[in-house]
Amino acid sequence: MNVLQEIIPNVKNMKQLQNLVLARRASQIKEELRQSEFSNLCFKFTCSQRVRKPFKEVINVSWGDAHKTGMKPLSFVQQVLAACLYPQLVNSDRLPVGVRQRAQSLLKGCDGGSVGSYTATRGISERVHRVSEFITRRDGGAPSYPENIFISPGSQWNILNVLVNSEASHRTGVLTPVPCYSIALMSIRGLGAVTVPYNLNEEQGWELQVEELHRALESAKGVCNPVALYVINPGNPAGYVQSRKSIQEVIQFVSEKRLFLLADEVYQDCVHGENSEFVSYKRVLAEMGPPLSDTVELASFHSASKGFMGECGLRGGYVELVNLDLAVMKYIYKLFSTDACAPVLGQFALDMMMKPPQPGDPSYPLYSMETQHIRTTLVHNVKRVLEVVNNLPGFCCQPVKGVFAFPRLHLPPKAIQKAKEMGMQPDAFYCMRLLEEAGVIVSPGCDYGQKEGTHHIRFYIMTPEDTMEEVLRRLSSFHTQFMKDFS
Amino acid sequence: REREGARDITNMSQQAANGVPCRGKVLTLDNMNPNVRRVEYAVRGAIVQRAGQIEKELKEGVKKPFTEVIKANIGDAHAMGQKPISFLRQVLALCSYPELLEDNKFPEDAKHRARRILEACGGHSIGAYSASQGIECVRQDVARYIEKRDGGIPSNPDNIYLSTGASDAIVTMLKLLVCGEGRDRTGVMISIPQYPLYSAALADLGAVQISYYLDEDKCWSLDVAELKRAVDAARQHCNPRVLCIINPGNPTGQVQSRQCIEDVIRFAKEEHLFLMADEVYQDNVYAEGCKFHSFKKVLFEMGPAYSSTVEMASFHSTSKCYMGECGFRGGYMEVINMDPEVKAQLTKLVSVRLCPPVPGQALLDLVVNPPQPDEPSYNTFMKERTAVLAALAEKARLTEQIFNEVPGVTCNPVQGAMYTFPRIALPQKAIDKAKEEGQVPDMFYCMRLLEEEGICLVPGSGFGQREGTFHFRMTILPPTEKLKIVLQKISDFHVRFTQEFS
Repeated sequence: MNVLQEIIPNVKNMKQLQNLVLARRASQIKEELRQSEFSNLCFKFTCSQRVRKPFKEVINVSWGDAHKTGMKPLSFVQQVLAACLYPQLVNSDRLPVGVRQRAQSLLKGCDGGSVGSYTATRGISERVHRVSEFITRRDGGAPSYPENIFISPGSQWNILNVLVNSEASHRTGVLTPVPCYSIALMSIRGLGAVTVPYNLNEEQGWELQVEELHRALESAKGVCNPVALYVINPGNPAGYVQSRKSIQEVIQFVSEKRLFLLADEVYQDCVHGENSEFVSYKRVLAEMGPPLSDTVELASFHSASKGFMGECGLRGGYVELVNLDLAVMKYIYKLFSTDACAPVLGQFALDMMMKPPQPGDPSYPLYSMETQHIRTTLVHNVKRVLEVVNNLPGFCCQPVKGVFAFPRLHLPPKAIQKAKEMGMQPDAFYCMRLLEEAGVIVSPGCDYGQKEGTHHIRFYIMTPEDTMEEVLRRLSSFHTQFMKDFS
Repeated sequence: REREGARDITNMSQQAANGVPCRGKVLTLDNMNPNVRRVEYAVRGAIVQRAGQIEKELKEGVKKPFTEVIKANIGDAHAMGQKPISFLRQVLALCSYPELLEDNKFPEDAKHRARRILEACGGHSIGAYSASQGIECVRQDVARYIEKRDGGIPSNPDNIYLSTGASDAIVTMLKLLVCGEGRDRTGVMISIPQYPLYSAALADLGAVQISYYLDEDKCWSLDVAELKRAVDAARQHCNPRVLCIINPGNPTGQVQSRQCIEDVIRFAKEEHLFLMADEVYQDNVYAEGCKFHSFKKVLFEMGPAYSSTVEMASFHSTSKCYMGECGFRGGYMEVINMDPEVKAQLTKLVSVRLCPPVPGQALLDLVVNPPQPDEPSYNTFMKERTAVLAALAEKARLTEQIFNEVPGVTCNPVQGAMYTFPRIALPQKAIDKAKEEGQVPDMFYCMRLLEEEGICLVPGSGFGQREGTFHFRMTILPPTEKLKIVLQKISDFHVRFTQEFS
């Protein structure tokens, strides 16, 4: 008899991401390709065994992971971490002097001088200070206090746990954008809370319109008790950057409606293009002055997984909590303490992101060259993506100001019908066909939520230029054929 | 924090002065998740925060009767001066900066492993996300390690989930297991004393904690009759579904006999309980006649009636044993006999935290795949590993010996793990004084020790203990010479304290 037949409904209700289904199929295809190549080499094939794929390898642009897509990691970061891991390197000439200096300084903050020891709950004190200095600098002097900062593995969700009250008479609600980062939706639902969707306006470049926030809040009446508003700026999956005015409106809204503000800002370093400057929620809040600046309760998230470093695997990020009740902060601290601490290498990566090599530092020239190359690549890729995608019939893409393209697909009715027959969402069906026929993995819009009747795909554009060209080539050719097949 | 508080108060009075109504906070103690208010984690609790303050004061030049704070509260070997294992760090450095693979200062076996790990990483970088369940080749290596450890009993890599320390996997399993309302609410059995991650997780999840007492007079052994008592009583008010065992024990250090493990498995089967076997200290076994037996091995040796039915998860970590690499947050769990549909839910659940830290996964790979006798790094590796474990064994023995010489302190043999959990006799006057100050007696004792000697321990109340008894948990990790001094200081303190309150 199985003990585990009954599973907590919250977990069961978390939607299985199509992205993972695609990933599994991609693994199978990779294996088939590998075997096919092997059997080709051995001249041992039969017609039934041979996999006739018109591609030799699968390209995965569905993850927001620069290293995975082939971007070269920053030398400074790799070298510093190596020296921290194996301190014999600090005393040798093998690594540049700037690297050795940084490693020494980082190791000083570790108990026993080792990256293997636990750290204080909110992170190594010097690293936490570094984060607060970064925030203050970034926000034009608006002060940031170390006591309000927690370094955590990736962009952490302990704060959500505190907000969701499962014993209240009504279920906790969190307003979430449509479309929305899928993991956020899963986290909220996994805790037993309800997501209350507010639609971003696609035709207006995915603008967040405050009337829509009002409508969403109204729709929650009688359904749940909304306690928080989750915003993503810069956007994911949609590539927008909020204007200062928009941010002010959101702040006014949460203050008026007494909502906790969750600002996911992990893509703040990846912004490019005209009229797209990132300004943080914290900064705008501070500049709006009292009473708002002293009362609006805000959690801002950032991460070393994104930006130029793209060190996703190290799991280093932070949350800054502003204007929270001090008694509640004590419990948040306790909650974080049960997770022990963030991985030390992740804390170090975050430190390097908060304070990269500066002009005049020996490490600066190489660092500057490498980050410039990343910037150039991104700008080039964005241009190419918009050129190609907007010229394909049945495809249209809003301006991309971040690292994801989220073009809209206008699928022919026959394709939608076929998808229905197969029990799939139309854009998931499109993505599966794209994988099978062209060896490219992108994410379907259904994973993020989208306006009823619309379909999208999301793909990452922080890839080497020739990879992006190949992706666009395969996508164009597949898309043209697909539209023809289902016309 | 003081500044923030000051600003808060000033602002509120200003608002009041301006006639603006003082609106309360949006997120308050009253409307926050009530479960979170029940969470306590003594290992990083109030006494540790006070220790941190004292350290700061010392740095600022404040005069104290001691020059440093000795943090014997947390099982952190490197913090106490234990040196990392060279081989492990060499491979990790190579993984971090692959150009070092050209450097002839690194041995071939280290380079070989680094190349293999990098090959398995996205973009050949440890900075890329891995699959949420963990890098496949690492899971395969973990499975092979388990098979070797357990005398050939098969282990399927698909049943291995890599995690952010063992804690992450433990909490994930509990998240999966805790459900129901009222009388059907999941009950989870855990020992008294226990590692307070369990009580914290149960509080956070709103599960019912079912405590079973370990027998202090019998070296903290586990008695199935006591398990039965606890579960029967619990059935009145909840639905017992899980039995958690920590072996070797934390804080007790007890290493379970094979017979005991068999009895526990039999009990779990009879009572339809999911077994969670926390085995993170599996290499830390010191006492004569004690041996680590994995729950999985014993389960399978009991034959198919058990091995094909009892559902279980075993946990391991890179934070303990001879590695002591706490800062990497590496670990895994192996699930046995899990329903495939439930396993699909588990796989979905772990995807929410994206992936465990990749350096921790790489480290775990080395732990389960260490240098072999025919490899260049073998001798150094074995020398370092043996030295660490031998030092711990000696410190375990020394601790038991010295503490048992102090009247009023009774110390069970430290059979394994990294801690001692001695019982302390507290005079009634001390207990009364503690009450006056609003403190639990053993916290009062430990706070005094901290203030007078700069030694930070965790009071037994943080782990659970029989009513009317008092304990503290101390790690045996400081270097031997320092440990001797610490043990002496605590002994002297105990005598002084007893005298003061007699």
